[in-house]
Amino acid sequence: MKLTLEFGGGLELLCQSIKIHEVDVGLKDGEVKLMMRDLLTWIRTNLIKERPEMFMKEDSVRPGVLVLINDCDWEIYGNLEATLEDKDVIVFISTLHGG
Amino acid sequence: MGGGGDGPLTIQREIERLQSEKTHIENRIALLQSRLAETVAREEERVSTTSSSHQSNGLSPESIYRYSRHLLLPSFGVDGQLNLLKSSILVVGAGGLGSPVAMYLAACGVGCLGIVDNDVVELNNLHRQIIHTEAYIGQSKVKSAAAACRAINSSVRVVEHEESLRAVNALDIVSKYDIVVDATDNVPSRYMISDCCVLLGKPLVSGAALGLEGQLTVYNYNGGPCYRCLFPTPPPTTACQRCSDSGVLGVVPGVIGCLQALEAIKIASVIGEPLSGRMLLFDALLSRVRIVKLRGRSLQCKSCGEDSIFTHQLFQTFDYEDFTQFSLSDVSRMNLSLLPETARISSKDYKEKLENDEPHVLVDVRPAHHFKITALPKSMNIPLSTLGVELPTISSALSEVEESSGSPASLYVICRRGNDSQRAVEYLRNNGFASVWDIIGGLESWAAEVDSNFPIY
Repeated sequence: MKLTLEFGGGLELLCQSIKIHEVDVGLKDGEVKLMMRDLLTWIRTNLIKERPEMFMKEDSVRPGVLVLINDCDWEIYGNLEATLEDKDVIVFISTLHGG
Repeated sequence: MGGGGDGPLTIQREIERLQSEKTHIENRIALLQSRLAETVAREEERVSTTSSSHQSNGLSPESIYRYSRHLLLPSFGVDGQLNLLKSSILVVGAGGLGSPVAMYLAACGVGCLGIVDNDVVELNNLHRQIIHTEAYIGQSKVKSAAAACRAINSSVRVVEHEESLRAVNALDIVSKYDIVVDATDNVPSRYMISDCCVLLGKPLVSGAALGLEGQLTVYNYNGGPCYRCLFPTPPPTTACQRCSDSGVLGVVPGVIGCLQALEAIKIASVIGEPLSGRMLLFDALLSRVRIVKLRGRSLQCKSCGEDSIFTHQLFQTFDYEDFTQFSLSDVSRMNLSLLPETARISSKDYKEKLENDEPHVLVDVRPAHHFKITALPKSMNIPLSTLGVELPTISSALSEVEESSGSPASLYVICRRGNDSQRAVEYLRNNGFASVWDIIGGLESWAAEVDSNFPIY
């Protein structure tokens, strides 16, 4: 499944300062759909090069990270249970506090 | 009695002379009074004919002229301007975001503009905090910002709150305003301001900027979510970068601040669709603006949900610094104390060792782009993040010094403020380096204690 993954607000630093990743995520045998839960595991294994605790906490993203599926808050789609489709754009943004 | 000059006749003449003078003066006074009355009457007549020639809409001729470009906007017009003139807006923070917010709100004619901050203007603020000028360095940001706002528009009431907004004073201050703009720079203030706005039912225009990115949204407006709906759990402190550590391109908070002013103006003048339930994400490097849809208000929200725990009383005693594990004072973050005293030396002691030509290697563990800003002579840059793979480099540098000096060499570690250098020394001690010391307080202490000409940043 081809997806566009974007990291911002400093999270790109965890994956070699690259903000936009065009990826192809394989489905597990016998599975027909990809859920956000699976994608997070995939990202942690394949993209996060350092300090994984800055991206994830337990099986979800750490507090202070907004997840957007096609420009919508993933809460609207059921966060970890959200089902992804080919060509979806998933954005991970760390909230900023500076000013 | 004396000479004839004071005789009754002389006195009588003198009285007559003064009386005639008095009459003359009285006549002049009467004349001037009647002229004055005439002028006033004419002025009153002029004013009354003018006002009868213009239908009153609540705007004075001066306001019509000053705000004419607003009035010419069909979607804004007289109603928008009148709403604005009646509104009161509180700007929390007179820094990078607050600068354009306060300037635009003063310029556009809000009725009352409050500015709260307890900071003073510093030279390294001026690249982004454009409301302040060099003349105000060392003075209160609120005073500086208020003076700038009054210079732009003397008809706006500008209220100075020279204090930091805390849970203890926030209800009092915020309750005097219709709209709040969060232009602060830290996590505990953001939670506190949002909770306060929920308690008082005030819309909150929230902006943030760091590095080359910015974010903007409106909380607690028209049934939309509050800050806690989005972020029920505070982020880990390691994820909370500050402009003073990570840097910020001056114009980035400027862009977000301008957009905050715009959202505040829209809410105050009751026009358009404020950015509630949506968030604007700005990427300056890629020149991209993305507007995303946020979740709605959360029923489980501790602040605005059905089982809200917050009352005015609880709010005032809520410890936001403890909740976010984030200290508002700069002092406490200097206090990392990982190492025993015996593993540390002061910058003055290091200076002595330099003067005595003691054989040693100085490792600077700051990131490479920090090292380029300024560094001590002969220091070797090995960023903390690469320390693990650079141990052989350090070993060979030490051997080189030992060979040329013929005696054992020490290893000193320095950074900007003296925190990372402790982490590095701890790591080095655990990895076979015995004679290694941390320079307490880092380059900032070197600049303060040893060389006042050493650049600080």
